[in-house]
Amino acid sequence: MNREPEAEPVIAVERLTKRFGDVTAVDDLSFFARRGEILGLLGPNGAGKTTTIQLLLGLTRPTSGRIEILGMDLLRHRREILQRVNFSSAYISLPFNLSVRENLDVFGRLYGVADRRRRISQLLELFEIPEVVDTVTGKLSSGQVTRVNLCKAFLNDPEVLFLDEPTASLDPDIAEKVRNALKRVQRERGVTMIYTSHNMREIELVCDRVIFLSHGRVVAEGTPREILERADSESLEKVFITIARGGRIED
Amino acid sequence: MWGRVGALLLRYLYLYRRSLARSMEIFFWPVMDLLVWGFVTVYFQSVAAPRAVLFLLGAVIFWDVFYRSQQAITLSLTEEIWVRNLLNVFIAPVRVGEVVLATCLLGVIRAVLSAAVLGVLAYVFYAFDLLLLGPALLPYFASLILFGWAVGMVTMAVILRFGHAAEALIWGTPFLLQPISAVFYPLAVLPPWLRSIARLLPSTHIFEGMRATLETGRPALAPLVPALGLNVVYLALAGGFFGWMMKRVREKGYLGRLAME
Repeated sequence: MNREPEAEPVIAVERLTKRFGDVTAVDDLSFFARRGEILGLLGPNGAGKTTTIQLLLGLTRPTSGRIEILGMDLLRHRREILQRVNFSSAYISLPFNLSVRENLDVFGRLYGVADRRRRISQLLELFEIPEVVDTVTGKLSSGQVTRVNLCKAFLNDPEVLFLDEPTASLDPDIAEKVRNALKRVQRERGVTMIYTSHNMREIELVCDRVIFLSHGRVVAEGTPREILERADSESLEKVFITIARGGRIED
Repeated sequence: MWGRVGALLLRYLYLYRRSLARSMEIFFWPVMDLLVWGFVTVYFQSVAAPRAVLFLLGAVIFWDVFYRSQQAITLSLTEEIWVRNLLNVFIAPVRVGEVVLATCLLGVIRAVLSAAVLGVLAYVFYAFDLLLLGPALLPYFASLILFGWAVGMVTMAVILRFGHAAEALIWGTPFLLQPISAVFYPLAVLPPWLRSIARLLPSTHIFEGMRATLETGRPALAPLVPALGLNVVYLALAGGFFGWMMKRVREKGYLGRLAME
């Protein structure tokens, strides 16, 4: 299933397994991501996506297997790796009682960002919300909150970015702007992104390659076009439904 | 209507059945209040009231120093859970020890500011001068702050492991220690078997020292020795417990679950 990377992988996961008691959330999972690639991590609820991301961020310790990010072993070099990666999720937030500037300044300090004021302005411009800089985060719309979270995720100019449903709470207009901003950063900075979403149309638009997970295992992997051809399907949504209902994609 | 009320009642009862911390809360506050004020009454029966009132004012301020120190650790991290910011903190390149240290320092700031305000108010309204404690004042405060850190770390470790169900411990743990710390009455008031336990707490030695200093007018520095020794032991144990619990939390995946639920 897994093809060898053509270039040195930025993320290399080898035989990763995570068991919680009798439940195997991630089962002998292996995959890689190249520099500057947007890799979609897809699958139905309970497929192991969230656990995989938590393992990749070092929030959860694997039962077995190995994770290498930016050429370093995650268990031994977690802090060095975290300095060069970041994460944004629709399910986490920044403190609502601080202003946008205060929040971003705090995280800028945590990541050791130089010239934080300029960096914060740049990122707010990138995501088209410069006007909210002095607004208390709790007073922002959900779309603005999501974009402020993305600003936080880009503060340290990450080489690897984990995005967990980044456009989940956005209207189609803002979602498209966010996707364009992400693609622009990918092109200009060569950022590797691991992207989860339940919006299959978005995955087709954004991701260079996708991995479908089911019961913690890779069940399909390739470019969106390759998967569509293999599944003889016209949309990733139909492939998703097939996999969620226990069907298989012929290799 | 009664059917819905009954269903809601059952839902809350299920919650208590599933959470020891919530169950404890039902009985905890009344029992602790009874113990504290019961001992205060015993004490008032045996001493002259004006002096006792002086001790009480000192006790209230000293207790607040310990309480603020403990709360700074537990409330700061718990608030990160409440506002769903915990994951942002733990995926930043920050050591867990650094996060704890930051909250410990916050505890110092909160404790010092609070003690300063209470000290001024006590002087203005009751002519109680906190500076009567002389050179013992700062080491007493430091000792209470250190003990607050140790209790705060243990409480926070339990919350990270057991999640929202254990949040009642933030406010409950200090009050669990209050009756046996001899805060508002001398150690001698406690039954002999409880005195032995009380002497294992640094706070007991500090409150005894505070009363001795106010009584004699001379700084009682001797209680600082056992208090410091016990603080060193408790801080080491609390740090070890926090580290061990964090390891368990990472193994079991509780951190991500707690931060994103």
